[in-house]
Amino acid sequence: MGLLIQDKQVVVPGEILAQGMDYLPGHGTYRDGDNIKSTRLGLLNVEGRALKIVPLKGAYLPRKGDTIIGRVDDIAFSGWRFNINSAYPAMLSMKDGTHEFVARGADLTRYYKLQEYVVAKIINVTSQNLVDLTVKGPGLKKLGPGRIIMVTPAKVPRIIGKQGSMVTLIKEHTQTQITVGQNGIVWINGKEPKKEAIAVQAIELINQQAHVGGLTDRIKEFLEKRVPMPKTTKKVEEPKKEDTEVKQ
Amino acid sequence: MTYTKRLDGRKHDELRETEAKVGVIKRATGSAKFRMGNTTALAAVYGPRELHPRFLQDPEKGRLRCNYNMMPFSGMGDRVRPGANRRAKEISMVTTKALLPAVDLKDYPNAVVDVFIELPQTDAGSRCVGIVAASMALADAGIPMKDLVCAVAVGKVDKSIVIDLDYEEEQYPKYATTKVDDEEVADIPIAMIPSTGEITLLQLDGDISKEDLIKALKFAKPAMEKIYEIQKKALKEKYSDLKGGKK
Repeated sequence: MGLLIQDKQVVVPGEILAQGMDYLPGHGTYRDGDNIKSTRLGLLNVEGRALKIVPLKGAYLPRKGDTIIGRVDDIAFSGWRFNINSAYPAMLSMKDGTHEFVARGADLTRYYKLQEYVVAKIINVTSQNLVDLTVKGPGLKKLGPGRIIMVTPAKVPRIIGKQGSMVTLIKEHTQTQITVGQNGIVWINGKEPKKEAIAVQAIELINQQAHVGGLTDRIKEFLEKRVPMPKTTKKVEEPKKEDTEVKQ
Repeated sequence: MTYTKRLDGRKHDELRETEAKVGVIKRATGSAKFRMGNTTALAAVYGPRELHPRFLQDPEKGRLRCNYNMMPFSGMGDRVRPGANRRAKEISMVTTKALLPAVDLKDYPNAVVDVFIELPQTDAGSRCVGIVAASMALADAGIPMKDLVCAVAVGKVDKSIVIDLDYEEEQYPKYATTKVDDEEVADIPIAMIPSTGEITLLQLDGDISKEDLIKALKFAKPAMEKIYEIQKKALKEKYSDLKGGKK
């Protein structure tokens, strides 16, 4: 019989996607006899013979290799426990948290205080979803002052865009620093509060409309309407400042 | 057979007027509203999230926890005393058991998915309406499910099998307008996983013969399929702008 539902259509759990053995069940689908059915609410993605569902919503499930933003929730004997916007907390051990030598019984808040946000990478996830983090790696660090906003984890790829195009677009327009965690926590810091607010609005807009076509154009339009400054002048300005800082 | 014309003028196999909407509660992970006649249910799903106290955790799979609650002025008679009572606890349990076969929580060991079902207005059939709403809310929350769950009540009023009883039919002899032959009323809430036909809830209040029960179950099936279509439509409607979007 073949495919019953077209590519990029919204499907609900239990919906029959394809019949017969021509297609293979991928992520978010299962085979029930002759039929391939969906297990989630999402968009159908046909990749050759494989069918998978791109979820529209859903909680974050920690995966090895993900770069996430976590908040220090507790401090244990030999590390920090993080809230990573998931059903499971994550541990950052002393070894993975700092390069320094930490004496037995030292005060760990010297490195990360409670409620602080940190960009970290997941190094291991067990079958019971026990999560280990590290901050050793490029771009992994403690986050300074800024704003934290939550987005649907399923929409993070759209916020980042192809090779970071979307987030770069927002950064350049609003002159902000943005870090997006795979777990749906976004950190934003801007020099100008007004522009920072626009960056927040833009990200919330993506969060709402992530799966409607022509997203990049709409975000571009949104930003240009609110931040009318030509991009090129800004671009020249910024590296200059950095240069002087370095020299000083 | 005196009950040929139903009190509210519906056909024997006709459902009450229904309304379904998904995503009604902003702060919840997933939510839905389902109305059937004068019975309205709001369902909110939170999670998967950490489960405490820890002894409740299941290291093999996530837990599903449903909570059914009738609001104080939702009933037909006296104010319902707020909070859990014996009836609410039972319905919470049967709701959980009705939904569990469809929900797949093996990816979430030690975690919990909480479902809160609130009924601002009730006119019989509230557990079924609650299950329908909860199933949509679970799907909206992105919880993996093998199918949705649909539910409806079927019953016997004065020897006639009817679908989706309202309060007056449940209390039939009291509200009868014609001569009553058989005073016994049976009320059977049923929940089903439509793709497999698996029945996940079957309760019976009243008295019914084996033959009539089989007849009633057969009667309920097409009604549940109708509800299934309503559920599917409501879930897709939330994202209908996506289909209309360019490209």
